[in-house]
Amino acid sequence: MTAFILRRSTQSIIVLFIMSLLVFSGVNLVGDPVEMLINPEADQAEVERVIKELGLDKPVTEQYWYFLMNAFKGDLGTSFIFGEPALKLIVQRMPATIELALFSLFISLIFAIPLGIYAGLKPESKISKTIMAGSILGFSMPTFWVGILFIMFFAVYLGWLPSTGRGEIGSFLGVRSSLFTLDGLSHIFLPALNLALFKLSSVIRLTRAGTREIIHQDYIKFARAKGVAESRVINVHLLKNILIPIVTIIGLEFGSLIAFSTVTETVFAWPGMGKLIIDSIYNLDRPVIVAYLMIIVIFFVFLNLLVDILYTLLDPRVRVQGSN
Amino acid sequence: MLNTDSNSKNMNVFMYKFWSDFSESKVAVISLLILIAIVLIAIFAPLISPSDPYDLSKVSIMDSRLPPMAKNFAGDIFILGTDGAGRDMLSAIFYGLRVSLGVGVMSAIFALIIGTIFGISAAFFGGKYETFIMRIVDIQLSFPSILMALIILAAFGKGIEKTIIALVLVQWAYYARTARAAALVERSKEYVEAAQCLALGNKKIMFNHILPNCMPSLIVVGTLQTAHAISLEATLSFLGLGLPITEPSLGLLIGNGFEYMHTGDFWISIFPGVALLITIVSINLVGDQLRDMYNPRLKK
Repeated sequence: MTAFILRRSTQSIIVLFIMSLLVFSGVNLVGDPVEMLINPEADQAEVERVIKELGLDKPVTEQYWYFLMNAFKGDLGTSFIFGEPALKLIVQRMPATIELALFSLFISLIFAIPLGIYAGLKPESKISKTIMAGSILGFSMPTFWVGILFIMFFAVYLGWLPSTGRGEIGSFLGVRSSLFTLDGLSHIFLPALNLALFKLSSVIRLTRAGTREIIHQDYIKFARAKGVAESRVINVHLLKNILIPIVTIIGLEFGSLIAFSTVTETVFAWPGMGKLIIDSIYNLDRPVIVAYLMIIVIFFVFLNLLVDILYTLLDPRVRVQGSN
Repeated sequence: MLNTDSNSKNMNVFMYKFWSDFSESKVAVISLLILIAIVLIAIFAPLISPSDPYDLSKVSIMDSRLPPMAKNFAGDIFILGTDGAGRDMLSAIFYGLRVSLGVGVMSAIFALIIGTIFGISAAFFGGKYETFIMRIVDIQLSFPSILMALIILAAFGKGIEKTIIALVLVQWAYYARTARAAALVERSKEYVEAAQCLALGNKKIMFNHILPNCMPSLIVVGTLQTAHAISLEATLSFLGLGLPITEPSLGLLIGNGFEYMHTGDFWISIFPGVALLITIVSINLVGDQLRDMYNPRLKK
């Protein structure tokens, strides 16, 4: 177990290293780093000072070392547009993104699990076939286009829900979030539903597959034979067992929600870090781009590590494999 | 494998078998017909479009944002309306399909080639090489595709080649995993052993003997991945990271229409989206049927 975690951690560090190399080479070798990393409005003295500070007058290998050291210190440059540290800008916008991702995870789970169980229990019924056809459609529809449809229908045509921004932000137990005010909830609903739709299809399919597999197991047959109520068979015997794969993938799904939130945030003008990166790319605000990429890579590497460790805790078979 | 005279006969038998399996699903047949129509539209876009949307001398700003079926002063009818610059939407969609399909298919083919080479060679040689390749594949697959593409395009800038490169880098791992799995099964079969006894070169065994037998599963993955590539390219172009304005794909058209949406000019972004959706759904449905055909667990 310890050996497994140790090995995975080493691997994570290697991945981090390779990704930092990729980002570094993208910014520093393909283009002119002086032009990319220094504010075009800076005067000559300022340019020279920053060149020194970033070590751009040194050989490439040493430059990479500087880049890594600065990143370690949490210094990822200063935004040209906002004039603030890039790291601070991203950290400021992180809660909005995480709140959106969590809420849409919640939406996708409360809809997908019942639908998936139903489709698994009665695979031949018309409703199940409709659910599965819908999941193919959900799988095929590009997130951004669905978002546009939502805005068109719910915001422009019906005028029920707002289509941009985060709304009023409430505070509860020191946590500030749109989820605590009615106005905030009305703002988060459309983007969260949009983001959830993509996950909805895959969780439905997973739940259905799990249900179809488990329903034929002996312990289900036995529970039914001894006269356990059908609702208890489904809610306890079945649900408990299909939840294991579902809970373990939530970690990874959460990561992909964060990744896909760049799209949803752009469509709904949600002020999270996904919108920040897209805006920064438009504005050629390189320090923010580099900082975002580094943070998101670190985030994912840790998330993957966490999921791997969770797997070993939940599924003993992985543990055995890992110790070999 | 086969000598030439029996080749064409065998091919006919194969095609007959293939079609009788494929046509079991009506939905798949209809999807295939739609898909063929879409490909034909994409290929012959310049010939069948009512007007050339990118010929500046023909496009008039006076015609901008006309609703579907509207007429302009000259009496031309715009079946799907016009966009903000006065371009005919139907023509823009035909041209856009060309770009979207072209980029999607190109990147899928490159990814297929690269992924297959790594996948088959990993299965064939095994050992440290295999572990190394498959570790990279695992790591890459643990990052969502949109994120990988975003990292590559944000770091290296946008453009048609860069978009294709990003799509290839994102997708090769899927093909590598599939090719390795299929090749591992083939590698232990007798014909490979026989070929090795004949002292044929490794390259020849891998690509002339093992590869043809891995093709079915690669084609299935290839079909579904092409749909994925088209969708991903559309998303990236919508975000303004993928293709430049000079190569307007469907994603870019949808993005252009987005700014007019709050004023209720729905057609500018809805119709390209419908075209995109029909394309992706029909590819996915054809792919689903192919997967069912080649899935040994579902074979009767």
